[in-house]
Amino acid sequence: MEEKDSVVEVTSPVGGDEPQEKKARTPLFHVTKRAQIGWQKAIGIRVIAIFAALVLCAIITVLCTGDNPFSVFKTVAEGAFGKGRTLVTVHDIAILLCISLAVTPAFRMRFWNIGAEGQTLIGGLATAIVMLNLHDKVPTAPLVLIMLVAAVAAGALWGFVPAFFKARWNTNETLFTLMMNYVAIQLVEYFLKIADKTGSNVVGPNLLGTGIPNLFGVQYLLNILVVAVLTGVLYVYLQYSKHGYEISVVGESENTAKYIGINVRRVIIRTMLVSGAICGLAGLLIVGGASHSINSNIVDGRGFTAIMVSWLAKFNPLYMILTTFLLVFLDRGADEISTRFGLSSSFSAILTGVILFFIIGCEFFINYQVHFDRRPFAKAKKQCEPQIKEEE
Amino acid sequence: MNFIAQFLQRAILQGTPLLFGATGEIITEKSGNLNLGIPGIMYVGAISGVIGGFFYQNSVKSVNPFLAIMIPLLSCLLGALLASLIYCFLTITLHANQNVTGLALTTFGVGFGNFFGGSLIKITKSEVPYVALTKIAKYYHSSFPFAKKLGWFGTLFFSYGFLVYLAVILAIVATVLLKRSRIGLQLRAVGENPATADAAGINVTGYKYFATCIGGMVAGLGGLYFIMDYSGGIWSNNGFGDRGWLAIAIVIFAMWRPNLAIFASYLFGGLYILFNYINAKMQLLPIIQMIPYVVTILALILTSIRKKRENQPPASLGLSYFREER
Repeated sequence: MEEKDSVVEVTSPVGGDEPQEKKARTPLFHVTKRAQIGWQKAIGIRVIAIFAALVLCAIITVLCTGDNPFSVFKTVAEGAFGKGRTLVTVHDIAILLCISLAVTPAFRMRFWNIGAEGQTLIGGLATAIVMLNLHDKVPTAPLVLIMLVAAVAAGALWGFVPAFFKARWNTNETLFTLMMNYVAIQLVEYFLKIADKTGSNVVGPNLLGTGIPNLFGVQYLLNILVVAVLTGVLYVYLQYSKHGYEISVVGESENTAKYIGINVRRVIIRTMLVSGAICGLAGLLIVGGASHSINSNIVDGRGFTAIMVSWLAKFNPLYMILTTFLLVFLDRGADEISTRFGLSSSFSAILTGVILFFIIGCEFFINYQVHFDRRPFAKAKKQCEPQIKEEE
Repeated sequence: MNFIAQFLQRAILQGTPLLFGATGEIITEKSGNLNLGIPGIMYVGAISGVIGGFFYQNSVKSVNPFLAIMIPLLSCLLGALLASLIYCFLTITLHANQNVTGLALTTFGVGFGNFFGGSLIKITKSEVPYVALTKIAKYYHSSFPFAKKLGWFGTLFFSYGFLVYLAVILAIVATVLLKRSRIGLQLRAVGENPATADAAGINVTGYKYFATCIGGMVAGLGGLYFIMDYSGGIWSNNGFGDRGWLAIAIVIFAMWRPNLAIFASYLFGGLYILFNYINAKMQLLPIIQMIPYVVTILALILTSIRKKRENQPPASLGLSYFREER
């Protein structure tokens, strides 16, 4: 529909009879859907949006800290890539990327899985349970294998439940997966209460053991490599495999999928199993491969951020590397600003929000075209012209 | 009797922010907008009220009761309105994806609340140690003077601040408007099938903006209630917790009916504090706190299996409407 129509109201000389007919509308612009857009133009629009968002972020930061804008950007860069921070930043990117990869197959199918938070957490919980009970009884190699199986199975289960009901009875998956998050959170809280009798909110390495050993003695390296491989695998799976094709067809139109003989129910359940399993893997990487501890906040909203990452990257695993990089870079940078100026650590959430609003908004200009050209309306305008003059 | 009345009173106190949130989300969802930004908007509403109250309390020596109530109330409504407008502009005017926009708004809103809650003193360079609006909160908290004389009856019905009653009134008004008025009918038409509504001459964009903004403002009041009345005017970061998501759960549980949401909110509020009243081990606390979510899931499954027409979500919920795309 044409937005922001300028309404030219003409007051009738006689006054008040049939006011509806005296209204003439001349749209300032009208909007059509683009059939297609060149990739240069699409990237250009996004770059402009991100740049505008960064400028706004800079203004907000300067207002809150009173620092000059250039040193603010320096602080952000130091926060992300300062001494001893690069590895942590890359690891943060890897974890967020892993969860983003996880939600992607489901989203390509237009299955709105906003339960990545819970699926990841339950994977972490399964890992922690295995570590708690077996870390001093089983040698490292089989232990890691058991952890992997447990985490992936738990994540897959958390994905399966809403998928089953969606496939069978068309239960709303957005709300279902959202509720599953909180079930997972409370289960973790319960685990913490049982595992640690002292009543602390974290169960750490003293109870869980050291988990997955470091590769070549470098912390986080294994996690980063796993996610890198996963990115490639998922790209091929979605782009070139039969499963990936089926997912795309179901996403485009369920009726088409049924017509060409795709078993839609099976695709929905299978895809959510994959989605949940990768989330479970992310939980394993966080608990087993990095922190060796668990609390109910280990995922820290990344299950939700991942949805935005995936969507911003147009569900393409390779673009996701860029979007995760942008968000993590900003997050770490904003954290640095808030510590340096003694502000609340929630500062990064505000900046992330601003960036997201801009990128979300710019999609409009990629998908739609705004015509300021009023020629199609010339005829309509002509009819109104005498009235407009009268008003002047 | 006194014991039960006290339990119910606390359940109602806990349930009120949920009721505000749920009523707001129901109004919003009836227009076809699945606003997952409600948890964020509630934070924005809360902190806007706190900011307004903070400036007022620090600028005068003795607070005037009328202004003490009106300034936070109006700044809360304004903050929630602005946050809702971000959502409206992105999803309605720019046809952005509702889930993604809502989640981004929640990220932003929760961050906004916690940031200003934690940094307000630093930014304004004031000399108070922490944000405590006790002088103002007193007026939000004051209830009928005769409540104490009436025993359990007074405790149960007259011992609340005015926002608790406002929540119930808003829910009832919303029910009547949605069900019985022309505006409600047209709003539901927009939520069920915007193309048909558009063809019938209903201003789809206008209704969507209207419902989402009103819904957001109602939800924002939930945040204000939580800070001013429930917490006695003291802000604590993340103190509001995940009540916003619980409000969305209630929307489903109440099957998109504000009048049912009243009971659902109090029920969930009761479940929230149940562990204080039963002799369970502390270990079981998380399991008890899980009950509202599990119950919601069961409600969701049951309504989808029964497929009763009047219990379904609005048909176009979560979809954006573009007139030329048909």
